[in-house]
Amino acid sequence: MYFTSSAFVLFLVVVLTGYYVSPGRFRPVWLLFANSFFCVASGWAGTACVAATCLTTWYAGKRMDRLSKSLAARLADADLVSSEAKALRRRTKEQKRLWLLLGVCVNVGILAVTKYSGFFAQNLNAMARVLGLSFTASGFDFALTLGISFYTFKALSYMTDLYRGKKTEAAGSLVQVALFVSFFPELVQGPISRYCDLSPGLFAGRIPCRDEFCAGVQRILFGFFKKLVVADRLLPAVVILTKSPDEFKGAYVLLTMWFYAVVLFADFTGGIDIAVGVAKLFGIDVTENFNRPFYSKSIAEYWRRWHITMGAWFKDYLFYPLSASSAMLKLIKPSKRIFGKGVGVRIPVYIVTTVLWFTTGLWHGASWNFIVWGLTNGAIIIVSQELSPLYKRFHARFAFSETPVYGAFQIVRTFCLMSFIRVFDIYAGVGVTLGAYASVFADFGREGFAARSVLDLGLSVSDCVVVALGVCVMISAGLWTRRAAYKGTSLTARVCLCFLLFLATTVFGCYGIGYDAKQFIYNRF
Amino acid sequence: MDELIAVLREQRPDIDFATQKNLVDDEVLDSFDIISIIALISEHFGVTIPPEEIIPENFNSAESLHELIVSLLDE
Repeated sequence: MYFTSSAFVLFLVVVLTGYYVSPGRFRPVWLLFANSFFCVASGWAGTACVAATCLTTWYAGKRMDRLSKSLAARLADADLVSSEAKALRRRTKEQKRLWLLLGVCVNVGILAVTKYSGFFAQNLNAMARVLGLSFTASGFDFALTLGISFYTFKALSYMTDLYRGKKTEAAGSLVQVALFVSFFPELVQGPISRYCDLSPGLFAGRIPCRDEFCAGVQRILFGFFKKLVVADRLLPAVVILTKSPDEFKGAYVLLTMWFYAVVLFADFTGGIDIAVGVAKLFGIDVTENFNRPFYSKSIAEYWRRWHITMGAWFKDYLFYPLSASSAMLKLIKPSKRIFGKGVGVRIPVYIVTTVLWFTTGLWHGASWNFIVWGLTNGAIIIVSQELSPLYKRFHARFAFSETPVYGAFQIVRTFCLMSFIRVFDIYAGVGVTLGAYASVFADFGREGFAARSVLDLGLSVSDCVVVALGVCVMISAGLWTRRAAYKGTSLTARVCLCFLLFLATTVFGCYGIGYDAKQFIYNRF
Repeated sequence: MDELIAVLREQRPDIDFATQKNLVDDEVLDSFDIISIIALISEHFGVTIPPEEIIPENFNSAESLHELIVSLLDE
């Protein structure tokens, strides 16, 4: 069930009505019922995966919680000497680790089988062909419509936090775990909320106040505006540009990059706006996923502001544990001996950074395109890190580097760089993308541009005008939120804004007869 | 404490660790700095900081980091 389908709008109205008329203590249960319906409506295979994730997460969590409580009770025993307490702590940690490993293996296993088995089989077969073996592997072919990468990461964070014994209290029941994992606004494309942040709102069964409700509606309408007016109007042009890379070369590749950057931003932030807005209607605050990413001055900053919850997840559950692991710390001494004191300390961190970006790429999709895209991000971040002393000297020497003009240059540079590498997502393969890059330099100029007409992209003049206006609205909204202007906005102004957004979406949006409720790009991840 | 500040300065000589109180919250230290500091602490004090302790509160100031090291040594 896509957010932009009429079925979803109807579903939301029914669920909201039921939520508002239910007594407070039944609201979380009603919400769980709504989650279950949302899953089933999206397909039985996906529902089975969500159910398996909920069950295993709940059980592993329960066992770890029981061990923690038993340890606390034993430590309260005054007769326990220090060495005994230490041994007890160590033993409990080992037992908890076993349950964590079991939970992680099952959940990552489900993810691996459903999302990656086809990719692994494809690569195994390619290797077998190279080695001349008569061997054919086949992967499972699931048509999953629910965002398995998103809810699996939520489940993993819950179990890991319980193991660490920090931040998170264990859920009281399977219902609570299921409610958290399968919360329908977040189910298809995030945000990847943590249990400690989401659970208080989820279980409170609170009705939002008038201002909150209005803010929720405003967020949903802005999400629909971004998706239907900007993303879906421009997406067909991107599809045409990338399906015929031999015809659309040179300057057209640059056009593809910028068009895709706009489409991806409008599509993903639009989807998140809808998710955040829908949650607000239920009186639930979910973690924000964006902080005006296209205003970033470096790639590292961009990744702190784009898909924030995914970045934070990888940092907390992969980057830090791997970097601070004894294996990596042991590597520092030989690394210092070989590379010197300064770089030597950083080499293990760079190894982990490479692993992190490989995983980030793989998380986005089961193809080499995504892996190469992830590794390119990692390489740029490592090079920037190594060049940072040079940047600092440059900024200290030249006063203009502090001026707004230079700041604007940094923003444009980051946008262009991110757009340049992001097209790995959409071309048919790594080779095709590299060919497109090469054509920017080889076929740039009038001849390359004149080979095809802009009119061949399926965009009319009115489409171009609508998209341009939509982009202006998105930029203005970014500036508006930066100045926190919305905080002093009266209810009347908010209602007017909602009306304008509704009007703009209904007049300029792509929908109605012949419109295929397009999946959000991040649904695939 | 003085030894710790000397270690921290080894990683970032441009920061006054004696006075700064929001090193992570104000984005003075990034994740690369944090990991390098963990490596230096492991080398100088023989303490391994577990992942669950790598949180902003523990790295916001030299004092909080000092408290963490002392508690880990006690364990």
